[in-house]
Amino acid sequence: MRIGVFVCHCGENIGRTVDCHAVAEACAHFPGVAHSEDYKYMCSDPGQNLIKQAIREKGLDAVVVGSCSPHMHEKTFRKACADAGVNPYMVEIANLREHCSWIHDDIKAGTRKSIDLMRFAVEKVKFNVPLSPIRVPVTKRTLVIGGGISGIQAALDVANAGYEVVLVEKEPSIGGHMSQLSETFPTLDCSQCILTPRMVEVYQHPKIKLMSYSEVEKVDGFIGNFTVTIRKKAKSIKEEFCTGCGLCAQKCPIKKKALSEFDEGLSFRSAMYVPFPQAVPNIPVIDREVCTYFKNGKCALCKSVCGRDAIDFDQQDRFVKEEVGAIIVATGYKLYTIDKKPEGSIYKGYGEYGYGKYKDVIDGLQFERIASASGPTSGEILRPSDNKEPQKIVFIQCVGSRDESKGISYCSKICCMYTAKHAMLYKHKVHHGEAYVFYMDIRSGGKNYEEFVRRAIEEDHVKYIRGRVSKIYEEDGKLIVRGEDTIAGMPVTIDADLVVLATAMVPQPEASVLAQTLGVSYDKYGYFQEVHPKLRPVETATGGIFLAGACHSPRDIPECVSMASAAAAKTMVLFGSDMLEREPVVAEVDPSTCAGCFYCKKVCAYNAIDINEIRDRKGQLQKVVAHVNSGLCQGCGTCNATCPSKSIELIGFRDDQIFAQINAFAEV
Amino acid sequence: MLLQRYNMEEKFEPKIAAFVCNWCTYTGADLAGTSRLKQQPNARLIRVPCTGRIDPVFIIKAFESGADGVLVSGCHPGDCHYNAGNFHARRRWIMFRELLEFAGIDSSRLHFSWVSASEGKKWVDVIDGVTETVRKKGPFDQYRKMSRKIELPELEEEGVEI
Repeated sequence: MRIGVFVCHCGENIGRTVDCHAVAEACAHFPGVAHSEDYKYMCSDPGQNLIKQAIREKGLDAVVVGSCSPHMHEKTFRKACADAGVNPYMVEIANLREHCSWIHDDIKAGTRKSIDLMRFAVEKVKFNVPLSPIRVPVTKRTLVIGGGISGIQAALDVANAGYEVVLVEKEPSIGGHMSQLSETFPTLDCSQCILTPRMVEVYQHPKIKLMSYSEVEKVDGFIGNFTVTIRKKAKSIKEEFCTGCGLCAQKCPIKKKALSEFDEGLSFRSAMYVPFPQAVPNIPVIDREVCTYFKNGKCALCKSVCGRDAIDFDQQDRFVKEEVGAIIVATGYKLYTIDKKPEGSIYKGYGEYGYGKYKDVIDGLQFERIASASGPTSGEILRPSDNKEPQKIVFIQCVGSRDESKGISYCSKICCMYTAKHAMLYKHKVHHGEAYVFYMDIRSGGKNYEEFVRRAIEEDHVKYIRGRVSKIYEEDGKLIVRGEDTIAGMPVTIDADLVVLATAMVPQPEASVLAQTLGVSYDKYGYFQEVHPKLRPVETATGGIFLAGACHSPRDIPECVSMASAAAAKTMVLFGSDMLEREPVVAEVDPSTCAGCFYCKKVCAYNAIDINEIRDRKGQLQKVVAHVNSGLCQGCGTCNATCPSKSIELIGFRDDQIFAQINAFAEV
Repeated sequence: MLLQRYNMEEKFEPKIAAFVCNWCTYTGADLAGTSRLKQQPNARLIRVPCTGRIDPVFIIKAFESGADGVLVSGCHPGDCHYNAGNFHARRRWIMFRELLEFAGIDSSRLHFSWVSASEGKKWVDVIDGVTETVRKKGPFDQYRKMSRKIELPELEEEGVEI
C-alpha cells in the first residue's frame, strides 16, 4: 500500500503550536508512507490539488490528512481523493486542530502529540478497504413536532412545496404561546390576528395531517426512513362527528375546578373545554381529572346535549404509526417557575419576589393575558387580587435569566423587548398610571427594536431604573418593591399595585425525554443541540432531524419563523433526490465462523440482525447464522464487541483497524 | 524502547489511551478545542462510533502496548446516539473492572466518564483529572513485564533484560 500523508497548517491555527513541517517529515519515515508534505491550507483549492497531484504522480492508494476535526472536513478530503481516483473510504483524518493545536500551548508537546495522532491514522488506513456508499430510498413526508408558530411555519412551508406533513401538537389546539400574546413588538399588531389565519391554513391544507392532543411516543429508523409512533390521547370525542358547536362545553357544569392553561391560571375553564375560542381544531376535549362522569359515572350532560352523538366516554389512547423521511422539532419553551424550586428541577426559584404568595405578583405571560382582548379581563388592565386598575406597576427584568445562582446563565433575549411592550400597553390603556422597569442592561438588538424601547421611555414616559430588586412585601394593600438605582447610587422603594416579573425562557420539561426518543443531543438546560453553532444551526447530529424555534434557544417570533423556514428548506433539500446515500459503516457477518448464538441479535437496538439458514444441496439445514440487514443497521458496533467468536464486524471500525491504532501506542 | 524512554526523560509523562464515541465525547472534545480550553497533552484519542463498540480486549491491548492509563468515554446514559449502546458498555465495564481487580491490576488506571457534545469544559476536567491520577501512579510496567514474560520466556532464560 502506498500512503500519502498531508499535514495542514490551517493558517496559523495548527501551525502556531505544532511544527507541521516536522510532523510531515516524521511521517515520511512511517512504514508504508510513500509521500508526505505540509501546506498552509489543505482544504483550499490549491491544497486539494496538491493531494490530487500527489495521488496521480506517486500512485497513492490511501491518504491520511492531518487537519481539523473529521466532523469538519472529512467529506472535503474524501471528495478530493475520489476525484483523483482513490476510494473515499481509503482516507483517514487525524484531528490536529481541535484535539491538539488549539488545546495545547507547548509546541514540543503539540508536535509530539500530532506525530502520534498521524501515526494512529496511518496505521488504521493500512487496514481500510475500498467501500461504496449504501443507497436507500427517501420517504418524502415530514413530521413536525409542536404546533406553535415555529411548527406552523415549518409545516406550511413544507406542505406548500408539495410534500405531506404530519403535525403533532400535545395540547388540544395548535397556536402555542403566540396565541396567548396580546400584541407583538415592535409593531404592536395583535398577535392572534396575525396567527389565527395561519392556524386555519394549517387545518385546511390538503397536505397537512394535523394531530392535536397527541405526543410522539417512539421513533425508529434513520434519515429518509423514520417510523414514528404517535400517541393520540383520548379526547373522549369522536372527532369525525364533532361540528365544533361548543354546546357541550357551554353546558358542562364543572366550571370552577380547573384553571385555564390558556389564561395562565387567571381564569377557570370547564371540564369539557376548548382552550380558546379560535382553537384549531375547534374540537373540545374532556379533562378526565376533573370530569364528574369519570369520577362517579354521573352527569353525562354533554352526551345528552350533543346532537351528533360525538361524545365517547370509553375512548382510549390510540397509537398511530407514521412513515416519514424527515423530522422537524419545534417544541418551544416554557416560562421558568419562579415561586419555588420544582421537584427534580435544575433551577432555583425566586422566593424573595413573592410569586405565588402575593396574587398581584405575576409573570410576563399572565400580563399578556390581562392585556389581551381575549383574556380574562377582556383587555382591561385589572390586577388579579381585587380587579382594580393598578395605578403603579413595577416590571422586573432578568428574573431567572443571567443569574447563575438560580441555574440559568443565559440571556432570555426577548424579555427586554416584551417588558417595554408591556409598559407601553399599560400606559396606552391607563394614561395616568406610572410604570417602572428595573433592568440590568437593555438588550434591544433587532430591526426597530432599540427605537421601540426609546419610544417607551421618551414618548410613553416609562421610568427605567437600572438595578436589581432585593425584596417585595405587602403593606396596606400595596406591594412594596425595594431595589437599588445603581445610576443614582441610592436605594429605591416603590409602593406598587402590580408587579410583573419578566421570567426566563426555559425548554419544555419533557424536551430532554423527547431528545432521547429522537436520539439527538441537548445541552445542560435541555435545549436541543445543533451540529454546528455557526454553519449548521438548524440541523441535529442525527441525520434528517431538524430544529426550529425556541426549543433550540430563546428567540422571538421573527427568529422562530425564519428558523422554521430554514428547517423546512433543509427537509426539501433532503427530498430533492429519490435515493439517499449513506455511509457504508454497517456490520457484516462472516457466516463461516458464526456459531449462531445470536448474542448480536439480543444487543442490537435496531432489530437489524436476521436469522439466515444455510442449507446444503439437498436442502438439508446445515446451520443458522446471523445476517445483517444493512438498511436497518446504524453502525454502532455493539454487536461487534459482543460477538464471542468475532464473526460480526463493523465495516470501517473493524477489530484489526482499531488494534492497529492501539498497537501504534507502543511507539508513542 | 520503553526503558529508553524512562531513562532519557527525567520527568515521567503518562500515556493515556482514550476510547471515545463519535457522537458525544469526540464532539465534546471538539468543542473543548473550538473553545480553546487548554488541557494536558497526554491523551491520545481513538474514535469509535459508540462506546458499545469498545471490546474489553481493546483496554487490555492498550495497557500491553504501553498505555499507563485508559479512559473510556461516551454519551450520558439515556442519551446514546444509538439508543442503547452505552448501556451495554456500562454493563461490560462493571464486569470488566472487577476482572481487572481480580487479576491484580490497579483499577484506578482505568477511567470511565460520560461527556456529552456540549460538555467541553467537563472533558477538560476529565482529561486533566485522569492524567493527574495516572501521573501519581507512575509508569505501568507491571502488566507489560508480565505479558512480555509470557510472550518471550526464552529471552528471560538467556538473561536478556526485558
